[in-house]
Amino acid sequence: MDSMKKKYVVNKILTYTVLIIFSIIMLVPFVWMILTALKTNQEAISVNPFYILPAHGWHFENFATVWKSYNFVTLYKNTILFIFFRVVCACLTATMAGYAFGRLEFPGKKLMFSLVLIQMMIPSQIFIIPQYLMASKLHILNSTAGLVLPGVVTAFGTYLLKTGYQSLPKDLEEAAAIDGCNIGQTFLFIMMPLTRSSMISLGIFTALFAFKDLMWPMIVCTNAQTTTLSAGLAKMQGQYGSDYPAMMAAAVLAIVPMIVIYIIFQKQFVEGIATSGGKL
Amino acid sequence: MSKGKMTPSQKRQAIWGWAFITPTMLGLIILNFYPAINTVYQSLCKTGDFGKGNKFVGLANYQAVIGNTETWQSLWNTVKYAIVEVPLGIVIALILAVLLQNKLPGKGFFRTLFFLPMVCAPAAVAMVWKWLYNQQFGLLNNFFHTNAAWISDPNIAWISVGIIGVWSIIGYNMVLFIGGLQEIPKDYYEAAQIDGASGLSQFFNITVPLLSPTTFFIVQTRIIGALTVFDLMFMVMDKTNLALNKTQSIVYLFYTYAFTNSNRGYGAAIVVVLVVFIMITTLFLQKLEKKIVFYN
Repeated sequence: MDSMKKKYVVNKILTYTVLIIFSIIMLVPFVWMILTALKTNQEAISVNPFYILPAHGWHFENFATVWKSYNFVTLYKNTILFIFFRVVCACLTATMAGYAFGRLEFPGKKLMFSLVLIQMMIPSQIFIIPQYLMASKLHILNSTAGLVLPGVVTAFGTYLLKTGYQSLPKDLEEAAAIDGCNIGQTFLFIMMPLTRSSMISLGIFTALFAFKDLMWPMIVCTNAQTTTLSAGLAKMQGQYGSDYPAMMAAAVLAIVPMIVIYIIFQKQFVEGIATSGGKL
Repeated sequence: MSKGKMTPSQKRQAIWGWAFITPTMLGLIILNFYPAINTVYQSLCKTGDFGKGNKFVGLANYQAVIGNTETWQSLWNTVKYAIVEVPLGIVIALILAVLLQNKLPGKGFFRTLFFLPMVCAPAAVAMVWKWLYNQQFGLLNNFFHTNAAWISDPNIAWISVGIIGVWSIIGYNMVLFIGGLQEIPKDYYEAAQIDGASGLSQFFNITVPLLSPTTFFIVQTRIIGALTVFDLMFMVMDKTNLALNKTQSIVYLFYTYAFTNSNRGYGAAIVVVLVVFIMITTLFLQKLEKKIVFYN
């Protein structure tokens, strides 16, 4: 028994050692980003002596300076609008199509659904040039509409919601039909609310993907006033790449809102990724 | 379903069904299927100045793309990136997932922490790592008393970028593994314990085979993800970087030609080559799946 206990303790120590080592590796970039953001540039690039903590005062004003000079208010606003419309469009179109594919019978269903599956297998890079030309012809470059364009429908979301609808019991529709609901009402009042968790997964997935997307915003919004945080940050690096504290302050400002949202809604995030983690 | 007349109820379903799928199907056709065909068509054209006046040139773009060593170098760079990111990202994530699967104080904290890079904009991630990798003032060289040009030495830059990829993806893989681990019935482990199997032997004889569908799914999605890597490369590797040629990915090359140089025909040909490459990889993986994945 004693040896069992010993083994248990050794196991625990080993487990925590591994976890702590990896925690440190994961955390170092974040810590270094914040510490650099609080230094002066001179201090950031002074090699000798090598400071870890800001030695000449903590320069919180770096954040204020960056906030104003890079127009973060606009970047946040653009990003929020972009994410909002992407999520609304994706959830709306995918829930309707998902319901039809999951619960209804109609001619051509198999063929149409195979188109959905095919889209999921094609790498998205092949769509980008014509999508850009479309946005250009529609005169929606440098606008929220341009940003949202490729995301108004989602094959992946349709597939996800179809699975969600298929898992619901058959009796529900029969009961609704007896109560005199037509298909539209059954969908809207009975079935759709029951796929809430799939919708949340899709919403989180879409939001995260939109937030992290770099190529499309860079292509479609070349103007700094219309672009997103991700693409805006890429531009800043090109322009002001050697002012390290400013860059790090900008990086902190760009990631903190999403990190806060993630920490609040952790459970939904993790479940959302675990259930919808097919594509990224 | 037999052809011929539909009952009124079937008719109603058909009308509602088509009404519900119409937005999605129209969207997919206009935004995905037409563009895919259009890209292939453009790859056969020479883009005129200012993007105007496509001239059909047949396979000339493909000849140029395939004849250019830059294409093969970028493809090789992408494969090298995948060789760093995919196995390391998966093995580390699996270890962490197994450790975090048991009852453990602080479990939630560790999970949150490991997933954190996943919710960061790649531009910010790349900026921070570039700063860590900085040859003169970076934390890495100062901490280890080295003088490595982490991201501008052509021999190691691909590993450096790969490490950023690993750091970014561990949490995502871990979450998927934890999901897979939860589906393994506990009785297997209890039976093994009664037989006196050690933790390690349980891991290799129960966890690994029963987890193989999840593992395969992650391998497949991560390989395709790594083959289309762009954000990290674009942010880390400046146009003036000495190692750019030996590090840039194929999607980076596509972006440069199609959007920086506005040579869309050439860019389209690059992307078609990439898609073919990915399709071949996928087919190969599916063949492999039948041989190595253990399904209950």
